[in-house]
Amino acid sequence: MEPAGFITDILIPALSQGLVVTLQLIVLSAPFGLLLGIGISLGRQYGGKNLSNICKLYVIFIKGCPLLLLLFILYFGLPSVGITLTAFAASVIGFILCNAAYNSEYIRGAILSVKDGQTIAAQALGMTKWQVIREVVLPQALRRAIPGLSNEFIYLIKYSSLAYMLTVIELSGAGKLVATKYFAYNEVFIAVGIVYLALVTFTTVAVHYLEKRVAVPGMIH
Amino acid sequence: MDVTSILAEWTPYLIGGISLTLGLVAIALGIGVALGLPFALVQVYGPRPAKAAISAYAWFFRGLPVLVLLFLFYFGIFPAMGLDLPAFFVGAAVLGLRGAAYQSQIFRGAIQSINEGQMIAALSLGMTRLTAIKSIILPQSLRIALPGWSNEYPEILTDSAICYAIGVAELLTRTSQIVAVTYVTMPIYLCCALIFILLNYAGMRVIHVVEKRVAIPGFGAGAG
Amino acid sequence: MWSKKELPSRASGQGQDSPMKDDAFVLRVEDIHKKFGTNEVLKGVSFNVRKGETIVFIGPSGTGKSTLLRCINQLTIPEKGRVWLHDDEVTNSGPKISYFRQKIGMVFQNFYLFDHLTAVRNVEIALLKVKKMDPESARRKALYELEQVGMKGWADHYPAELSGGQAQRVSIARALAMDPEVILFDEPTSALDPELTREVLEVMKKLAKSGMTMLVVSHEMGFAASVANQIIFMENGNIVEQGPPDALLYDPAYVRTRKFVGQFADLTQRKD
Repeated sequence: MEPAGFITDILIPALSQGLVVTLQLIVLSAPFGLLLGIGISLGRQYGGKNLSNICKLYVIFIKGCPLLLLLFILYFGLPSVGITLTAFAASVIGFILCNAAYNSEYIRGAILSVKDGQTIAAQALGMTKWQVIREVVLPQALRRAIPGLSNEFIYLIKYSSLAYMLTVIELSGAGKLVATKYFAYNEVFIAVGIVYLALVTFTTVAVHYLEKRVAVPGMIH
Repeated sequence: MDVTSILAEWTPYLIGGISLTLGLVAIALGIGVALGLPFALVQVYGPRPAKAAISAYAWFFRGLPVLVLLFLFYFGIFPAMGLDLPAFFVGAAVLGLRGAAYQSQIFRGAIQSINEGQMIAALSLGMTRLTAIKSIILPQSLRIALPGWSNEYPEILTDSAICYAIGVAELLTRTSQIVAVTYVTMPIYLCCALIFILLNYAGMRVIHVVEKRVAIPGFGAGAG
Repeated sequence: MWSKKELPSRASGQGQDSPMKDDAFVLRVEDIHKKFGTNEVLKGVSFNVRKGETIVFIGPSGTGKSTLLRCINQLTIPEKGRVWLHDDEVTNSGPKISYFRQKIGMVFQNFYLFDHLTAVRNVEIALLKVKKMDPESARRKALYELEQVGMKGWADHYPAELSGGQAQRVSIARALAMDPEVILFDEPTSALDPELTREVLEVMKKLAKSGMTMLVVSHEMGFAASVANQIIFMENGNIVEQGPPDALLYDPAYVRTRKFVGQFADLTQRKD
């Protein structure tokens, strides 16, 4: 089959379908990964001793455990305790758990970097603990954490490829199938690579604009 | 069939997996430093075309998922070059090349953070650029790079599990084998996770000790 | 540019002390021009230095005095102009510049001590790497120079553990260890607190009296008044006036010189 036909009739449709799945994975995982990450960092920083330790252990576990192993645990392991997830669901949950753990570390660092005087002043004005966190600490911490959080988001884009190991046909999985069937490994994976590079580069530029838009004059990052 | 007897029976097999995992990590870290440091030096001191080439290299190897890189090299590039490499070496090579991409940026940041006065003083004493880089810039920048570099270890360790996808018989692959044969899932997987976490912890301890031993009073993050 | 007051009896650089017996010039600087972007910082500077002379450069900040020093040892390359050390040309010397830099020492405003090395290692490293001395001789020489500047007791301390004045003295020892013919001092005390300035100036005075040829860029008028053989006043990239301290500080020929020096009237009261 001639190259042009191959590309338009086979490669592009297959990769497009895969890309859609990849985007679905990312769009579902990222927001919850961020929210859970915020929750864990708050639990670690402001929770009581037990909550704090649980959060700490959670982060240690996830950081030390390969993402692929985590996915296997969720997909192949959970059924033995009565929870059966679809491959897609297991992937999304795995990505959320992983993303949240790393996010929480960046946010925690950013929380610690907020000057004491800020919280003292807020308390002196009569704000409750949670008001202080919501109105003073988090707005500053989240801005400071943008570089780290966007870094993790880019990791999410790349590691979404592991869903293929659970038989979810996302972008790289779609590529592998086409490549194997037509013996066109180099061509296909270079095309797949280009798509990922485009996604990553686009995200990097978008984050740059985001940082500019939420920047507060005089507040040092 | 209870877990402890399974573990006892399969322990040697798992240990084989652990050694392959550590082998992957060691080779990858080695390649990462061996390439990453020269790349960083070129990016700071080299001619513009070379700088651009390395930036492109870093962009490529950092922008692609590990899985895609493994497929690309194992099924595509190496065979096209006529190389029939076993999966282990492909895995180590890919992790190493990717590590070099990340490490070149870490070292570059460290080198650039050195106050330019250090080079000026060295030159004023009659040192050539090369001598200055070797005796003055590198000893300082390597120490500065150590904390950032130490993140490479956990990252490469967890990425080594992805080599499962091209059939390297490392820890995760062997764990999956055991699960497939014995039909016991959660306990085995959790053991595997525990092993990875311990390997992670042990490695970080070693790096921590090294950091302490090469530390210089008053020198490090925040000085200079 | 030569001062109107360069009469023969004063022009030969005989200041308060008469350090030299011969007339040969150690350093000749001719017509140095230097531009940074569109900003011309040096507009044709020339002067000569005799063996054992101490020349102090004064003038408003940003008039190119530091740049001039860096053009002498080629840390900055001038667009135009030449420098000679005795009869060897320093400018356009290619790889031989390493040799010249051993002969022309430099002390910086921010010391630039090597942060990862102890004081004695800072002093000896160039002896080992550039002069290729053997470790024992290098160590002996380094300790000797540290003693000359009063820092021998701090030999094993790192720069971070030293005060500014101590660090600067180590950096002087580091330059001295190379046995230079000339030492260039680029605002050596400007980054120091007043209490620490004194200890560095004392070392520099001692050095000058011992016969070292020194070019010093500084705002320390007291030092200039008591130690310099020649003072060169620069403004806007040019030498305005040049002469011995007696003349230049207390009775300058040019209005601009008078205006600048007048700011330091209390410091230039005659001392000693």
